[in-house]
Amino acid sequence: MTGLLLRRAMGGGAVVFGVLTLMFFLLRMAPGDPARLLVGPGATAEQVAAQRHALGLDRPMPAQYAAWLGRFARGDWGTSIASGRRVRTMLAEAWPATVRLVGLSLVLSYLIGIAVGAVQAMRGGRLDTALSVATVTLFALPGYWLGLMLVMLFTYRARLLPAFGAAGLDADFLTGWARTADRLRHLALPLATLTLVGIGGTARYVRGAMLDVAGAQFVTIARAKGLSPLRVTVRHVLRNALIPVLTLLGLSLPALFSGAVFIEAIFAWPGVGRVLVQGVQARDYPVVMAATAVSAVLVVLGNLLAEALVGWADPRTAGQRGGGAAGR
Amino acid sequence: MGGPEDRGAARRRGGGAVMARWSWVLRDRRAAFGAGLLLLVLLIAVLAPLVAGDPSLQRDIVATRFLPPLSTDVHGTFHLLGTDRFGRDLWARMAYGARVSLGVGGLAVLVSVLLGMAVGAAAGFWSGWPATVLLALTDFALALPRVVLLLLLASLWQPSATLVVLVLGLTGWMTIARLVHGEVRALAVRPFVESAIGLGGSDLRVLVRHVLPNALTPVIVAAALGLGNAIMLEAGLSFLGLGVQPPAPSWGNLIASGRDTLVNAPWVATAPGVALVLVVLAATLLGDAVRDRLDPAARRTG
Repeated sequence: MTGLLLRRAMGGGAVVFGVLTLMFFLLRMAPGDPARLLVGPGATAEQVAAQRHALGLDRPMPAQYAAWLGRFARGDWGTSIASGRRVRTMLAEAWPATVRLVGLSLVLSYLIGIAVGAVQAMRGGRLDTALSVATVTLFALPGYWLGLMLVMLFTYRARLLPAFGAAGLDADFLTGWARTADRLRHLALPLATLTLVGIGGTARYVRGAMLDVAGAQFVTIARAKGLSPLRVTVRHVLRNALIPVLTLLGLSLPALFSGAVFIEAIFAWPGVGRVLVQGVQARDYPVVMAATAVSAVLVVLGNLLAEALVGWADPRTAGQRGGGAAGR
Repeated sequence: MGGPEDRGAARRRGGGAVMARWSWVLRDRRAAFGAGLLLLVLLIAVLAPLVAGDPSLQRDIVATRFLPPLSTDVHGTFHLLGTDRFGRDLWARMAYGARVSLGVGGLAVLVSVLLGMAVGAAAGFWSGWPATVLLALTDFALALPRVVLLLLLASLWQPSATLVVLVLGLTGWMTIARLVHGEVRALAVRPFVESAIGLGGSDLRVLVRHVLPNALTPVIVAAALGLGNAIMLEAGLSFLGLGVQPPAPSWGNLIASGRDTLVNAPWVATAPGVALVLVVLAATLLGDAVRDRLDPAARRTG
């Protein structure tokens, strides 16, 4: 188990390293000279050359690459072109908000999705059909559009919930319960959007996984032993169906993170996704680079967590996983 | 997977049974709805000049802007879905936007399918270190948040429809590569492949003529599901201003323009979103139905 996690951690490190390498080459391939961009359009050739030297762009490629990796590893991510703030500070402020939003939504969408999928698989019939229509519709909803619709209903029409930011303007003056309530009200819409979109995929997957397991021999035996249907469902079917579902949890993290980028942009949620989108729209490269790297690190860490959960739920996987994913 | 028959060869021998093979689409409600709706949207996109007016026509902005759906303006023009803040007809903009959404989505999926099949087939058919490298590359690409990569690429290059197609295509091939890899590995040891090699067929010929046609089933399903995803992401990029640039209409930038008028003209953001949901729903249901039809054992959804 520990050995497996160690190997996975090394794999995760390789992913982050790969992302940094990819970014380096994309930056070099992209049109436009960063030095010229920094000194502005009216600069003389000497000024551009000086800037190139200052940025290290006149050094050989491998040296530039090594310097790039070194800077990133040390956490020296430069300053934002748009705001002049240190990129590291910006991201240090942003990542907890993203983890909070994505983590909560992950827990909620999996709990609700597993419940809905289990009910569908066990009940069948018209309830199953109705829920199938509902979950496939949720699955087809683009998060950013659903977010706008919820804002229209709950913010503009009903005037119930705020649509921007993680806390009200007066948050610093609030204390105790009022402060918590303010935070929760701001969390409600982004969390609801991300969770609703996530439920569809999870429920669809759980339903399929449970139907697969329900046909297995050990389930027939459990029924033959005279166990109550509920007990068979929960103890035998659901428990075994959860193993592929937990694996899916790790695999779905990148997608969930992708969804969060849009949601953060819409609701001005102060997370990594919003930093990224604002950086992209302002062509603020140091910010974009660092936000991309931080996203990759968060996804890798989340994957490791999911891997540990799978190992805990299914002791069989401890020794013999990896490489067996073909055909998924 | 049934017996050891070679569907690629069977398909080339005779196409007379094509009608019979596809008539199930009409009987399966999901397939009929999905195929029907996609066909309808495709027709609207192709026939946009016939079924809708000029999408950029602006006359007398003050009198014609923000007209609600089903209203007639001062010039006597009927607006099925109302008008936007410049008095442009929303139905016309959506009909022309369908061209962008379907075109970009379809082409992106085509790029993904071709790339994914090439990588998956190469990794499955020839073992050794190239296969290991290709599979590692696939796993690496699968571990990245796709939107983050899309944003990175869209920020480095000028946004355009071509860029969106390339970027979506280059970030969407991994699932297909994995599926094809699994299928090809399983097929490579089947008797009809061995006999094709035994008859002296070159590697490439055996792969293209005998192995790949038999590995197409999961690819078709993944492509249908991928189409919905690609259309959704294209609209997402355009929504953030990094995709198709206005004034050219796309469903994504229509939703984005409706975002600023949610209070006084909610239909501008609502209508293209509903269209988007319906198309993604249609592609997903069609994919589900095709998968259940081709492989009833694997009812898994994911």
